[in-house]
Amino acid sequence: MQKDISGTEGIRPEDRARLAEAGLELDALNRCGSFFQIDQKIVHTSCMEEGIEMYPIAEALRRFSWMGEYAWNLVSRDKDDITRYVAAQEEPKGYVIIARKGSRNVMPLQACLFLEHVPIQHVHNIIIAEEGAELHLITGCASSHRTDIGAHYGVTEFYVGKNARITTTMIHKWGEQIDVFPRSAARVEEGGTFLSNYIAMSPVKHVQMYPVADLAGRGAVARFHSIVVAPAGSHLDLGSRVLLSAPETNAEIISRSITRGGTVIARSHIRGGTEETRGHIECKGLILEDGIIHAIPEIEGRVTGTELSHEAAVGKIARDEIEYLMARGLDEEEATATIIRGFLDVRIAGLPAVLQKQIDAAIDAAEQGF
Amino acid sequence: MLTIENLHVDVAGKEVLHDINLHIGEGETHVLMGPNGSGKTTLIRTIMGFSNYTVTKGRILYRGRDITNLPIHERARYGIGMMFQRPPTIAGLKLGKLLIAASGNKPELVAEYAASMHMADFLERDVNAGFSGGEIKRSEVLQLMLQQPEFVMLDEPESGVDLENIALIGSAIAKLVEKDRHIVHRHKSGLIITHTGYILDYLEADAGHMLCDGEIRCHGNPREILAVIKSKGYRECIECKKI
Repeated sequence: MQKDISGTEGIRPEDRARLAEAGLELDALNRCGSFFQIDQKIVHTSCMEEGIEMYPIAEALRRFSWMGEYAWNLVSRDKDDITRYVAAQEEPKGYVIIARKGSRNVMPLQACLFLEHVPIQHVHNIIIAEEGAELHLITGCASSHRTDIGAHYGVTEFYVGKNARITTTMIHKWGEQIDVFPRSAARVEEGGTFLSNYIAMSPVKHVQMYPVADLAGRGAVARFHSIVVAPAGSHLDLGSRVLLSAPETNAEIISRSITRGGTVIARSHIRGGTEETRGHIECKGLILEDGIIHAIPEIEGRVTGTELSHEAAVGKIARDEIEYLMARGLDEEEATATIIRGFLDVRIAGLPAVLQKQIDAAIDAAEQGF
Repeated sequence: MLTIENLHVDVAGKEVLHDINLHIGEGETHVLMGPNGSGKTTLIRTIMGFSNYTVTKGRILYRGRDITNLPIHERARYGIGMMFQRPPTIAGLKLGKLLIAASGNKPELVAEYAASMHMADFLERDVNAGFSGGEIKRSEVLQLMLQQPEFVMLDEPESGVDLENIALIGSAIAKLVEKDRHIVHRHKSGLIITHTGYILDYLEADAGHMLCDGEIRCHGNPREILAVIKSKGYRECIECKKI
């Protein structure tokens, strides 16, 4: 039997299940490396992929004098109370990943941010893909089954170099009284691709985030996908913004939101600031129980050569779809669950199969509750 | 197999079907004809049990059991199947997954049957999303092949289908109602709505019914009824008040 990676042996069985739902493998069988932070303690950092390095951020800042140029460069320390809090920490926590020029990981790296006891977990992550590198990352953020109350403050800065690619898949598994405030930004150079996926299927008190990707180099691409369910009591204020700052850049923001009594604010904004740019927003919401889905797709064109579009729809499951499946022998509950599963089934181009499977598994695990 | 007695049906508060009486025996396939808006689709959707079709009087018996108030899925599980004329698109739901569900979780049959209906390349596509008219019909027949109903209702199976597809669909439908079996071994029954009668090139129907203004105006040999419609149009049927 494959052993757990070091530092994670003491995690309780109930929490292991929660971490698995957040897409994490304690045996790291399908991962090329792992970072585990429990509360403020970094218990494991490893990467076996040649050309890809992973460090706790404090070590990276000590080791590389140039790292200071990357820290707090895309996200301002003074952006808000969250960033100020993270910036004020004497000993920064979180991780740094550097994918050296031309490197590529077949199996993804995993990063686990696990909240157990502290009132506020803070992290600052920096992810760099140098020219031509391809980096796939899965981040599982979870709280312990015993954690009633707490908060997670996370700052993440992504640097996608020339012709490089970063895919990042974040799966949340928090608790009903946990506040979560990620603050992320990405800069994508010429020919680079940034692909960001966010999945949250379980209760949380409050999530608020609005990552920004600046497509700074010609031909850069950004795609954001979010798949979320808000049970009663959950407030998810989510958004993605892409700045089409260079010619031939291209962005897509796709969201699928479900409310079962909670609130989802699905924001998105694409700004076409340069010629020969394209952007599209697709924002769909399903109201299963009275709650709020507030879709705010924004497209902002500033020059004649930008083409931006959006489609948004919020509503209930169409009766004719349920009855169609019932005519095939599914009862109403099965038909409803099948349609919801389909609604959430977003195929993500360019994502390694192992990560798509992980996303599917996270949605499947929640399917019982549909 | 199916008996309909004095059936009255309301749609949106208005009576659309008036005093329908019909009997389809085991192993029989009947054809339902009539002008647009005469109530043909309403009748089969009522038999299937869709909401918005309210039975105000009369009853539907299936194999002697009163199914008038049963939910759709129970009728389906008793052996009633239906081919939709305009099925909904279900975003995200893959046809392959629906076929597995329709088959009662027999994935091993799906690939084989899909290949026989030229639908192997559609299994990973969203149900009915961007399907052409012929593809929708092939998909519907394929679902029924896997569902294996004992009583199958088909709503205009030939509409919007080219000649190549109609041969494929017609042959598959003939098998669904066991027209490929000797009459003494035939147990499955069918009710087919048709405007053109093209489907009769692929299977011999046992009886035909003409529905006008929500009433069945006549029963008879389906080819004879069709010949009258072809020569005189529906006007005579509309004016005819006699069964």
